[in-house]
Amino acid sequence: MIQFEKFTLPNGLRVIVHEDHTTPMAVVNIMYDVGARDEDPNKTGFAHLFEHLMFGGSINIEDYETPLQMAGGENNAYTSNDLTNYYVQLPAENVETAFWLESDRMLSLAFDEKSLEVQRKVVSEEFKEHYINKPYGDVWFKLREMAYKVHPYRWLTIGKELSHIENATLADVKAFFAEHYNPSNAIMVVGGNIKTAQVRELTEKWFGDIPSGKKWERHTPEEPVQTAPRREIVYADVPLDAIYKVYHMDNRLSHGYYVADLITEVMGGGGSSRLFQSLVKEKKLFSNIECYHFGTVDKGLLTIEGKLVKGVKMEDAEAAIEEELEKLKREGISEKELTKVKNKTESAIAFEDMSVMTRCNNLAFYELLGDASLFNSDREKYFSVTVEDVLNYSRKYFDVNNSCTLCYYSKQ
Amino acid sequence: MPNRTIAPPIKDAVDFELVLPRCDHHVLSNGVEVYALNMGSEDTLQINWVFYAGAWYEKKKALAAATNFLMKNGTSGRTAFEINEHFDYYGAYVNRSCYSETSEVTLHCLNKHVHALIPVIAEMFTDATFLEEELAIYKQNSLQRLKVNLQKSEFVAGRLIDSYLFGEKHPYGKYNNAEDYEALTREDLVGFYEEYYRKGRMVIFAAGKLPENMIAELEKYFGGLPVRKHRETVVGVQHKIEPATEKKYRIMNDPNGVQAAIRLLRPFPNRHHPDFQKAQVLNNVLGGFFGSRLMGNIREDKGYTYGIYSYLLNFIHESGWMITTEAGRDVAEETVKEIYNEMELLREEEIDEEELMMTRNFIIGTVLGDLDGPFQVIGRWKNMILNGVDEAYFYQSLQVVRSITAKELQELANTYLQPDDFYELVVI
Repeated sequence: MIQFEKFTLPNGLRVIVHEDHTTPMAVVNIMYDVGARDEDPNKTGFAHLFEHLMFGGSINIEDYETPLQMAGGENNAYTSNDLTNYYVQLPAENVETAFWLESDRMLSLAFDEKSLEVQRKVVSEEFKEHYINKPYGDVWFKLREMAYKVHPYRWLTIGKELSHIENATLADVKAFFAEHYNPSNAIMVVGGNIKTAQVRELTEKWFGDIPSGKKWERHTPEEPVQTAPRREIVYADVPLDAIYKVYHMDNRLSHGYYVADLITEVMGGGGSSRLFQSLVKEKKLFSNIECYHFGTVDKGLLTIEGKLVKGVKMEDAEAAIEEELEKLKREGISEKELTKVKNKTESAIAFEDMSVMTRCNNLAFYELLGDASLFNSDREKYFSVTVEDVLNYSRKYFDVNNSCTLCYYSKQ
Repeated sequence: MPNRTIAPPIKDAVDFELVLPRCDHHVLSNGVEVYALNMGSEDTLQINWVFYAGAWYEKKKALAAATNFLMKNGTSGRTAFEINEHFDYYGAYVNRSCYSETSEVTLHCLNKHVHALIPVIAEMFTDATFLEEELAIYKQNSLQRLKVNLQKSEFVAGRLIDSYLFGEKHPYGKYNNAEDYEALTREDLVGFYEEYYRKGRMVIFAAGKLPENMIAELEKYFGGLPVRKHRETVVGVQHKIEPATEKKYRIMNDPNGVQAAIRLLRPFPNRHHPDFQKAQVLNNVLGGFFGSRLMGNIREDKGYTYGIYSYLLNFIHESGWMITTEAGRDVAEETVKEIYNEMELLREEEIDEEELMMTRNFIIGTVLGDLDGPFQVIGRWKNMILNGVDEAYFYQSLQVVRSITAKELQELANTYLQPDDFYELVVI
């Protein structure tokens, strides 16, 4: 059980305190309830661009990094389709520095053309480094567009196309900031060697006078149920053929999510998983095969991804995947196999919980989902999954009408 | 309303008292040393078995890594699948990694399951079978991965730059081609395993919430093995460095590439050299963290790159000073020029007090954060022990961070940041 306390400022800022006096450090984690799913389809990549701009100085503090480094702190941030998370770790005695810096950038950024210009370029280089200059780098652009027709998960956090970022104007950026980066849309978790009373005092001092702003009302369109299989073929300058199959799964809060998560472990979690053992080791059709999902808040994609052994036919490789899925749908799994994947999950959670930083981050995420205390019941939800659930859900998810397949052929 | 233009007071991180938690030291009957750190409140633990079985010792390329990897793929009593399933059943993670000098097997698990796991690890060290079939799959998968990697300019750049400095035959400079994987035989693996694992040199590092009988358990499974202690001096394998004579390289790997992988590397003595710890501070100023000169200029001012870093290589015998980035293709040459400009500034001008203080505080803050948690602490110990330095070295390095002067940094820059000493490579 992770202990925490919670309070809310009059301006709407939700604050969670997690005391841990075994460490000399403190963590200040601010999660904004804004991700790529909140972007205008014609201006994608903004939440991520903001992650960069947020380090370019704020209204009263010219430079974010220098004073933090002066205080012995480190920080970083990440953006997903669902959320943006900023985190700082520093010696607990200097925790106020983090309050000062984070509150000022929540109050307002120091918007200017030069900073925007530079970060536009940096993000463009990031785009190239990860998505253009890499073999198979364009796969998820295609898969998302195939799997989602209306839901904004149809683009990546980096953005749908480079031009959206290249054309971002200062006015766009200001409007996006005003809409999302305010106390009503933020959750702050302070953890480590600190006391709740001290956190309350510092929060009131630094965040109390920030105008609450408007709570962003999310009207994300629900993706209609897919009713027919979707397929696409690509020829690219890569050395090996690859296949990607994705299936729509349940949202983060539903029971089906936990079942799907365990199914990915059964199929693709490491050396004893079904796909690896059968298709890499026994049948030698793939040099590598994985099964995973992204843990998204709204309905996500359960994915099977494999690189074919040179000379293996795409049809044979795909048929072999189908056969494993059919076997799962027909026979389900044994109690022992279910215990195995539950044990793996229990262990993964225990290792995650070792760091104060991860605990703070998780508390913020569950609060974003609705209630930080969900953090403590997550483990039980995995343990409540039964072999019948696995059978029923695999029949539901692994339906051909719920599938998108990308056959990625090597031109070489 | 607080005055936001005034920073809250801070305690300078350099004033923090930093203590490296002590490790318990045990010696098993066969002389194998165990460093154990009983720390942490979670029910998790980590055990590292380190062998002197890295690329340094192999007579054929790719052999050390293949042996390390395939040790887990079958013993006379269990197939690869059964071994994997055993570890997976208990939610344990067993990783193997192979470095230039050493090779490791690491177990992460919940401490309640450790007793079921250790015997199987011991089995891997004494009874691995290296079946032809497993080797064939390994070769094929390594070849395919190599093919994909060779399309990435950063991968190509990474292997070439090391070979320029150390030579293609040196363990730090050599790299594997397709024919190296193809040439591996089962006999090679069995021979390497016999010499460097079964009768090899071993040292064990354990950390986390350790069960009471942990040492007795390690004694039971590893204390009777014919392995030797890691400090034992054998007639050391020596390798000669044969650096390239040409310093500047431009390589076209992908005519359609939109980015260039840029690498600069110069020789540097190992961590026993008196300049090593001081150079770590200068390295931080140059390109060791987000607030560094290279990041400030090339990313934050010019936007040429998503990231740029510099670091000292972590090898036991020799080191090197590396600068690495991926920058826009059209600004690659400009980026190289700017890197030299930053070196020049460090040679010509003393850094100001504020920047020096920020660097000091950042480094100390990082160390403080790094000492948080048993796995991080044992990681520090492991690094010290494998490099043949002791606790005093750790405190001495903190002292260097606290006391080094701007003048000393400038002198170091003049000694080590001379453009002519750097190998320079751009791969598109």
